[in-house]
Amino acid sequence: MTALSGSPRDPSGTLGGPEAPAIPCTEECLLRPGNTNCGGCGMGVGLTMLGRALAEAGETCTLAIPACCGIVTAGAFPTTSYGVPTVATTFASAAAFASGIASIRDLNEETGQVICWAGDGGTYDIGIATLSAAAERDENIIYFCYDNEIYGNTGGQRSSATPPGARTTTTPLGKTEEKKDILAIMAAHRIPYAATLSIAHPEDFARKIHTALSISGMRFLLMHSPCPTGWKSEPSESVELVRQAVSSGLFLLYEVWGGRTYRMNLEPAWTDPAEYYRRQRRFGDDEIDLAATRRICRERFERLKVLAEEFPYEETRAEK
Amino acid sequence: MPLKLVTGNHAAGYALSAAAEANRGARGAACGIYPITPQTEIVEYVAKFPFTKTRVVPVESEHSAMAVSMGASLAGARAFTASSSNGIAYMVENIMVAGYYRLPIVMVAVNRTLGPPWNIWADQGDTLMLRDFPWLQFYCEDNQEVLDTTLLAFRLAEDRRILLPALVAMDAFILSHTQTGTSLPDQADVDRYVPELDLPHRMRHESPTTLGGLVWPDVAMSLRLEIDEAMERVDEVLGECRKAFIEQLGRDPGAAVQTFATEDAEQVLVVSGSIATTAREVVRRRREEGERLGLIKIKMFRPFPESAVREACRGAAKVAVLDRNYAAGIGGIFCQELRALFQGDRDGLVIQGYLTGLCGGDVTPAMIEDVIADLGGRVEAGKPVWMGMADGKGGNR
Repeated sequence: MTALSGSPRDPSGTLGGPEAPAIPCTEECLLRPGNTNCGGCGMGVGLTMLGRALAEAGETCTLAIPACCGIVTAGAFPTTSYGVPTVATTFASAAAFASGIASIRDLNEETGQVICWAGDGGTYDIGIATLSAAAERDENIIYFCYDNEIYGNTGGQRSSATPPGARTTTTPLGKTEEKKDILAIMAAHRIPYAATLSIAHPEDFARKIHTALSISGMRFLLMHSPCPTGWKSEPSESVELVRQAVSSGLFLLYEVWGGRTYRMNLEPAWTDPAEYYRRQRRFGDDEIDLAATRRICRERFERLKVLAEEFPYEETRAEK
Repeated sequence: MPLKLVTGNHAAGYALSAAAEANRGARGAACGIYPITPQTEIVEYVAKFPFTKTRVVPVESEHSAMAVSMGASLAGARAFTASSSNGIAYMVENIMVAGYYRLPIVMVAVNRTLGPPWNIWADQGDTLMLRDFPWLQFYCEDNQEVLDTTLLAFRLAEDRRILLPALVAMDAFILSHTQTGTSLPDQADVDRYVPELDLPHRMRHESPTTLGGLVWPDVAMSLRLEIDEAMERVDEVLGECRKAFIEQLGRDPGAAVQTFATEDAEQVLVVSGSIATTAREVVRRRREEGERLGLIKIKMFRPFPESAVREACRGAAKVAVLDRNYAAGIGGIFCQELRALFQGDRDGLVIQGYLTGLCGGDVTPAMIEDVIADLGGRVEAGKPVWMGMADGKGGNR
């Protein structure tokens, strides 16, 4: 109920107000300067890249954002960092709010993407039933998860996206469980498109956004999102960190169509992950079994590679 | 208009569908639906309705049902849903948000006992736990009132002076699954009565806003005050909606507070929902025997119709409040409202609470006679009286 009009209380007793001038969708229109993101936040970079891709495609969007840093970054009323219609949904409900918004857009034959912009808590944990149901219904939305592997907004607690070994305020000795494989879960819904993205690979990132924009139905995008505050890393090293996650095979770049056909986007260089761990104080010194980690990463890659070779995605003419 | 034999659920499904269909010339309608006994037939009715411009979204939970309806409403469409009991409990977070987002969503609720223990029968505890949320609440006595109030609720909720969601409740099985003669208005009549929705704060690409972000205390407080001001306007707007209903559909959809023989009554029974029919009959009989008894049926619980209730009790010395609900540690909820209303105003008024028909128990004429007898013997009010208990438990304490 914020930002309805210039004055918080309309003396006429109605909620109408003069309409603000239209803001054309430009590169800066999605996330505007002055937002409250921490320095080095991956989400800010991701939103900027998403905004740029939308502008290139001549598209606009509506954002449905559950409880997460993504809604905090809007700032306080009467200002907002978002240049597109945005609603704060309840924590578990982003995909359901978006389903309602997209339903009315489609009933009225209107354009504009409906995009959920959610953290890992709202995606892997509290929102997963809602997300799963929206995927099963093949809702015509884009669900974008910026995964910083932590409940960042509340000061850094574990989520089911937190990797093993990471210290959080609720895993003070380091998390002992595996990270949930959300992309496999989403692909298992046989949704039209699911892909992983890294802000260290902007061309691949942009291409995947354009692919998602060219498809209708449920599209799920997972971005590895550095969080200097939660990862206890240097803000200036954010992009370098997620680059190392890709090059060491910790975060694999791939796409899945309909849960059936696969494409690997990059074979990791298999760099030593030690550097990735060393630069983040959320991991204790020498606490990570690097040999085991490398083996697990290899296995994951080999498994996906087999799928991509056996069930390759074949580009249609339109997509090229 | 000829009457048709339909259940309360059928009446509700008919009204929700017709109101949704009536917005086909505007931005259409949508709802999230999820089954729960004894409400399921309502969403089944909606799911098979041949809509022109409505999407029915079968979701995975009540929480998401309200979220889908909120998304649709934010996009400017007419939105609604239906639920009951633990389904409402599960939906609570989003019910609250719909109110604070000022979305005129209409929800039909079939009042069912909250579990545990598992019990599917009538009890108002499920919707009364929503009493502090910014929702209008109506408790209906019969199937016609369910249908008429549902249609009226859309017009009232969507009025720009109100813009609050509305809840229309009926008793489980007693209404939801019982067929009675009911007049079902034509679609053309509904089209005329429920105007197309133009939600002033819907999300628009040409004037983007951020809804629900951080708001500092002074402004956030003023948003709460706006809700209070909208609640203050309900009496007036409801009056207009009722008048238009009578003019256009030729039938009175019922006032917020409905009285029977209260003009000179010394003792008054206060009831809600289907208990009103039984209680009115008992009061009518006793009036014929010369007793100065009256009956007040409270249909609108939120906003609480203070002046109408005060006026209806003007001549009374004693009031019996029959509650089919129980707030743990204090008693019946309608009784608490009455006591709060008269505190410092008429401190001598005896307001005694009776817990009648909790968890689906029958409220019989004999039980109402017992209430009247108990009230007659009182000089002051006491703890709530548990009526109809097995093994003689409860009673006066």
